[in-house]
Amino acid sequence: MTTLLLAEHDNTTLDPQTAQALTAALALGQPVHVLVAGTGCGGAATAAAGFAGVERVLLADEARYGAGLAEPLASLLIDLAAGYGAIVAAATSTGKDVLPRVAALLDVMQVSDVIAVEGPETFRRPIYAGNAVEIVRSGDAKLVMTVRASAFAAAPAGNAAEIVAVAAAGDPGLVRLIEDRSVASDRPELTAARIVVSGGRAFGSKAQFDALLMPLAVALNAAIGASRAAVDAGYAANDLQVGQTGKIVAPDLYIACGISGAIQHLAGMKDAKVIVAINSDPSAPIFQLANYGLVGDIFTLLPELTAALGPAR
Amino acid sequence: MKILVAVKRVVDANFRIRVKRDGSGVELDNVKMAMNPFDEIAVEQAVRFKEAGVASEVVAVSVGPAKAEDTLRQALALGVDRAILVQHEGRTEPLGVAKVLRALAEREAADLVLLGKQAIDDDANQTGQMLAALMGRGQATFASGIEIAGETVRVTREVDGGLRVVDLTLPAVVTVDLRLNTPRFAALPAIMKARSKPLAKLTAAELGLDLSPRLTVLRTEEPPQRQAGVMVATVTELVDKLRHEAKVI
Repeated sequence: MTTLLLAEHDNTTLDPQTAQALTAALALGQPVHVLVAGTGCGGAATAAAGFAGVERVLLADEARYGAGLAEPLASLLIDLAAGYGAIVAAATSTGKDVLPRVAALLDVMQVSDVIAVEGPETFRRPIYAGNAVEIVRSGDAKLVMTVRASAFAAAPAGNAAEIVAVAAAGDPGLVRLIEDRSVASDRPELTAARIVVSGGRAFGSKAQFDALLMPLAVALNAAIGASRAAVDAGYAANDLQVGQTGKIVAPDLYIACGISGAIQHLAGMKDAKVIVAINSDPSAPIFQLANYGLVGDIFTLLPELTAALGPAR
Repeated sequence: MKILVAVKRVVDANFRIRVKRDGSGVELDNVKMAMNPFDEIAVEQAVRFKEAGVASEVVAVSVGPAKAEDTLRQALALGVDRAILVQHEGRTEPLGVAKVLRALAEREAADLVLLGKQAIDDDANQTGQMLAALMGRGQATFASGIEIAGETVRVTREVDGGLRVVDLTLPAVVTVDLRLNTPRFAALPAIMKARSKPLAKLTAAELGLDLSPRLTVLRTEEPPQRQAGVMVATVTELVDKLRHEAKVI
């Protein structure tokens, strides 16, 4: 039976994690349809239709889906579910919100945060903040799973799948969006960036966090990340938190600045190809998994590093 | 209004777990256990609503082994009024737990159910959403702010792009995130008092529910370990290594 992938988008742009989740969906070995539900999201549907392996894009363009609320999205997925053997989404804040609701309504146990598809019913997933990996088999009639996008390569472009409009499902009207305080940033998106520079508690203030990390991020065309301590202290916005309960990243280069390396933080970045740690404490746990470690004061080393990299590229 | 808060007994967040050599799971013998940290935040929030006069009663529920009574006693020491232990030895899954919570939320006529957004053992992040679905009610996940006004709960949610504020009609389910509050520590007199607070015990079978796991865990493995690399002495050396050895910039 066909697999249905829920696309992640902001009504305008398709999130790159969708192409990565598509790779996982295709690994189930069945045709894949992609559901783009939102308002004014035709562009995202066209983008989804462009990925190799997509057989059809379902477009639900209705005001009720524009806010990304779980209740109407789950109702739509339930309406569509009869025609599908598996329902898949990237483990984004939307995917994590919507899919368990769908799974419960289908009386299915969801497989969360899949990092490898070993077979149509067998999956690898991290537990205990990534300190163990569980290999699980789903015996349910339908498969519902979220996938960790960073564990999968993006599906290549080169397709123009058909786009079919689907009728809206009912809206239970249980939740109303009051305010969307999305943070606009000119930095690359954290989960999609090739390079991430990340800061911790050592910065001491939001002013210093911005003053030291922003020029370095610009010089490297990098995304900015933060430890939980830095977010709790108000140095960085919540959507920049990297870790077990924040964002999981696997960039080519991760530069951890003034981050000691609590296991909850390591869970979010240990799959980076190259890790650099800059910290004044030579015994910080972050050095145990860094490819390159530099002991010293971030307040002198970061400006030096930014200067050494030359003008922004 | 009545608040139901769900708590899970898990391995202490500061304990470094080990995978059993035979791949049959994670070593749980002689391991320090604690209340799931996200559930502590949920308990704290429920107790604050009680203290503010918003909630009339707070009931804690746990689905787990007999030992989970310790976790419920901790919730009682933190200010919860009474507790219900749904005793179940062996693995629990979010779907089964959500079914138990639905049954109890109905029995108790709870107006609001608070849960941690995920348990730090299975990292599933499902139970609250599943509960809301089974109850046919609204959900607000990843809460960093919760206000109750009449029949509405206003929740600030931490999402990938920033923050979203939503209004839900009660009854509703809210799962809490790290920045909602800082849980208190239980004082010794409160711990003593918790011993005599009511704690009911029942089983899933008594609720007419089957908690048999749906997923089969075939084996559990150690994740690939990273090796420590090299220390560099200067920024110049670091940039050189990144350019010419790692070739990532």
